[in-house]
Amino acid sequence: MNRRPTIAEQLARQGISRRAFLKFCAATASLMALPPGMAPAIAEALGKIRRPSVIWLSFQECTGCTESLTRSHSPTVESLIFDMISLDYHHTLQAASGEAAEHAREEAMKEPGYLVLVDGSIPIKDGGIYSTIAGISNLQMLKDTVENAAAVVSIGTCAAFGGIPMANPNPTGAAGVQALMDQGLIARKPVINVPGCPPIPAVITGVLAHYLTFGAIPPLDALGRPLNFYGDSIHDRCYRRPFYDQGKFAKTFDDEGARKGWCLFELGCKGPTTHNACATTKWNDGTSFPIESGHGCIGCSEPNFWDAGSFYKALSAPADPLSFAAGAAVAGAAVGVGMSFMNRAKKSSAKAAHETATLKDLEK
Amino acid sequence: MSASLEKGVAVLKEMIDAPIASYFNSCVHCGLCAEACLFYTETGDPKYTPIHKLEPLRRIYEQEYTLLGKLAKMVGLSKPVTDNELEEWKELVYNSCTLCARCSLVCPVGNDIVYMVRKFREGMAVSGHAPEGLIGATTRAIEIGSPMGVKLPAVQAQMKHVHKDVGIEIPMDQEGAEYMVLLSSMEIMNFPEYLGAIAKIMKQAGKTWTLCSTAFEATNSGIQIGSSDLAKVIVNRIVEGAERLKVKTVISPECGHAYTALRWDGANLVGRPFSFKVLHILEVLDEFRAQGLLKTEGFEMDRMTFHDPCQLVRRGGVVQQPRNLMNMVAKDFVEMEDAGKYNWCCGGGGGVSANEDAEELRLQVFKIKKGQLEKTGAKTMVTACANCRIILEEGLEHYQMDIPVVGLTEMIAEHLAESKS
Amino acid sequence: MNEMELLNWVRGPGLNIAVAVFLLGTIWRLFEIYSLGRKQDLSAPRNAAGASGWHTVVRRSMPPPGMLKRSPVSYIGGYAFHIGLAIVVFLFAPHIVLIENLIGLSWPALPSQVVDLAAVVTMAAMVLVLVDRINKPVKRFLSTFEDYFTWAVTFLPVLTGYLAVQHLLLPYTTMLALHILSVEILLVVLPFTKLFHVFTLFASRWYNGNANAHKGVPV
Repeated sequence: MNRRPTIAEQLARQGISRRAFLKFCAATASLMALPPGMAPAIAEALGKIRRPSVIWLSFQECTGCTESLTRSHSPTVESLIFDMISLDYHHTLQAASGEAAEHAREEAMKEPGYLVLVDGSIPIKDGGIYSTIAGISNLQMLKDTVENAAAVVSIGTCAAFGGIPMANPNPTGAAGVQALMDQGLIARKPVINVPGCPPIPAVITGVLAHYLTFGAIPPLDALGRPLNFYGDSIHDRCYRRPFYDQGKFAKTFDDEGARKGWCLFELGCKGPTTHNACATTKWNDGTSFPIESGHGCIGCSEPNFWDAGSFYKALSAPADPLSFAAGAAVAGAAVGVGMSFMNRAKKSSAKAAHETATLKDLEK
Repeated sequence: MSASLEKGVAVLKEMIDAPIASYFNSCVHCGLCAEACLFYTETGDPKYTPIHKLEPLRRIYEQEYTLLGKLAKMVGLSKPVTDNELEEWKELVYNSCTLCARCSLVCPVGNDIVYMVRKFREGMAVSGHAPEGLIGATTRAIEIGSPMGVKLPAVQAQMKHVHKDVGIEIPMDQEGAEYMVLLSSMEIMNFPEYLGAIAKIMKQAGKTWTLCSTAFEATNSGIQIGSSDLAKVIVNRIVEGAERLKVKTVISPECGHAYTALRWDGANLVGRPFSFKVLHILEVLDEFRAQGLLKTEGFEMDRMTFHDPCQLVRRGGVVQQPRNLMNMVAKDFVEMEDAGKYNWCCGGGGGVSANEDAEELRLQVFKIKKGQLEKTGAKTMVTACANCRIILEEGLEHYQMDIPVVGLTEMIAEHLAESKS
Repeated sequence: MNEMELLNWVRGPGLNIAVAVFLLGTIWRLFEIYSLGRKQDLSAPRNAAGASGWHTVVRRSMPPPGMLKRSPVSYIGGYAFHIGLAIVVFLFAPHIVLIENLIGLSWPALPSQVVDLAAVVTMAAMVLVLVDRINKPVKRFLSTFEDYFTWAVTFLPVLTGYLAVQHLLLPYTTMLALHILSVEILLVVLPFTKLFHVFTLFASRWYNGNANAHKGVPV
């Protein structure tokens, strides 16, 4: 294989100006919460490195993550990142199909140190038969691909935590990449989780830029998410937070509170328990984010968000209806009434057996 | 002799009721009842905390009447109450509780602690854990007719003595009289002035009254020792006497627990409402005052204060009457701190005065009364309970304070207007 | 189990179990206690103004004369922590949402800063009464394991709730889960410990007030 061009060479070949590139670097720096002075350093680092080989594996997914990335405003700086990497396999985006496509993947895997991007969860029930590509189960393909990878980036909640395919009752035994490593089903490699349903495009590109720039995994939270994007909760950064603090809540989606932009907590907003950059980075080129559009956060970047009770039930409300309450009350009454009868019987028999006390009864 | 732990537990099983269950479940161990109890405030010993005096009763309640308590007993987490333990509690239940009920007034969750102590004594008495002194008093009350052993001839002698003294014949067994007057043996033996005072007051008011040869004694040791069966025997004498003489009202003497025994416990002991009214002598006097039938002249000029007998005020509801009467005859009447329903006990109620084992402690806790009295600067102490009076006198003597204690009824009698208009 | 799974458990099955045990225990114990009944008082009643069971239910909330001076910590600490708890439990918006979901009743909330302050005051008062329990001879003498256990079970929900809201010590989701869990523990133990006084104290005051009102004594 020929020597892969550096990112700078590639960009020059595509007629992208140095100025546009620097602008991207500055944007990336700010996204990653780095000082602006870091932009030239990022540019230099990105400019020098060779386009690493990237294999994008899509399993049980809806292609929403890819959509998020590609359907963003164009030309966006985000899309450029894919000119900086050598995307050797992506079955939605690649032109090749069938044998040729799989051949491309196998070729790319020959040189260890590539980056694996995964979207979608992996079914492991019944030998993984529920999702196959070219006759190969997702689990097998992931196992083979991860073997010589430098790192894995799990794009989207499905790849990160199992997502919707894993939701109750999880018919296919779906699991996220990290979970498979934890179970020893695939080789253990560094994993960056970029959850979201889908993740914010700038977050996907930002994480990749960080990896390329520093050649290392960014600081992660306990769930393997980059802290610079997932460090704060939506609630902490929400522009409606002051209404929460004042106790001003929309009670329905069309009441006065909703029109005044009051807090959506009571309408089920999961902002307080959801960690993501939506409230700061926003969507659609910084236009807005769900809460700004009047809908509560559904918590899509958190594990098990689909099974965390109704999206429209406040976080402090019970997730499920209290199914035992009536039965317990009846059982309590039964025990209580049972005790009442026993107690009354005991008391009356003590009374019946009462021998009138005499002076003799005062001394032993 | 036939007292036994089993008898005690059996009677407590009868006694435990919803209020007691509610009280035990409400207690949060805040210890405020201790602050209301003179046995704690004057000794600083936490074992005198009122609710602690009921610990064995609490366990019996839980073990007999709660499912968890039964389970705890079965697996050995809750130990059964033993004779030794009850013997240990004797001091707490009898010597250091005057049934004054101050704790029942301050408990923030509303526990009527004295109600429970009174019922606990039922079990203590028939399991053989009552103090000797109280057993003796009760035995005399049942066998002789008075806890101090006073018999009818002694009363008759008093009657003659008073007749000679004040010139009024004391009526005995007069059927159809309006009032039947009761005495306490303390009054027969130590304060004979009381009978004379009654005679004078009744004469001035123009009321018919009588003593009863079968029921002249009002005190009830059965209540103090905590045996309803024995208390009933004693109360029955009065009920029978009053019904035989067909009186309208029975007057309880200046004795706190005699009043509660008859006024509040009596009907419950005999198991039916009374056909007559029961009034304390102060209630009668205040009625006379209000009707203009009680006229006095002259005033005591010394500073005076009034000691509320617990059973009369907090346990009896006679609060305003003594104040009205004091103001009739005392120019410089001052109240002690916490006077009225929050008064502090003299230390000798609830059978403590009949219990020699308790004497030292009783004199120690008298400090509270001493302090209260000193603050008022009163020269004379007035009260309306012969037992309080004896205890106050003993306490004052013990602390070498030269302050006389007088009965309110006598003091009123001394100021009766001589000329009847 | 990750924190979101824990949160889901405590919001779902955990709450279900806790409320069930609470209801079962409460109803059972109320029957067990009040079915014992009491004898009718046959003595002739005396009436007095201000004397009744209901008067006592209200009046016992105030310190009797002289008592505040004798045990200031019990009263001031006690008031602060009971009122503080009531504010935190019943006037914090998320709690009202919970109550509305459970029983359908709702009322206006206090601003969260006020609730924060109430939580701090509550915790300070609770620490104060604990220190008093350990220091005062009477309280120490009366105290059993249950007294310290119920203190902790009451304190933890306030502490974890406060830490969760303030984002201290642990991530919000974890702390929220622990907070709800601690409340569930409180619900489970309440019917079977002295915490049951939240129900029985009203009846106790009423019995006391009623019995003494019969004698014409407003207690």
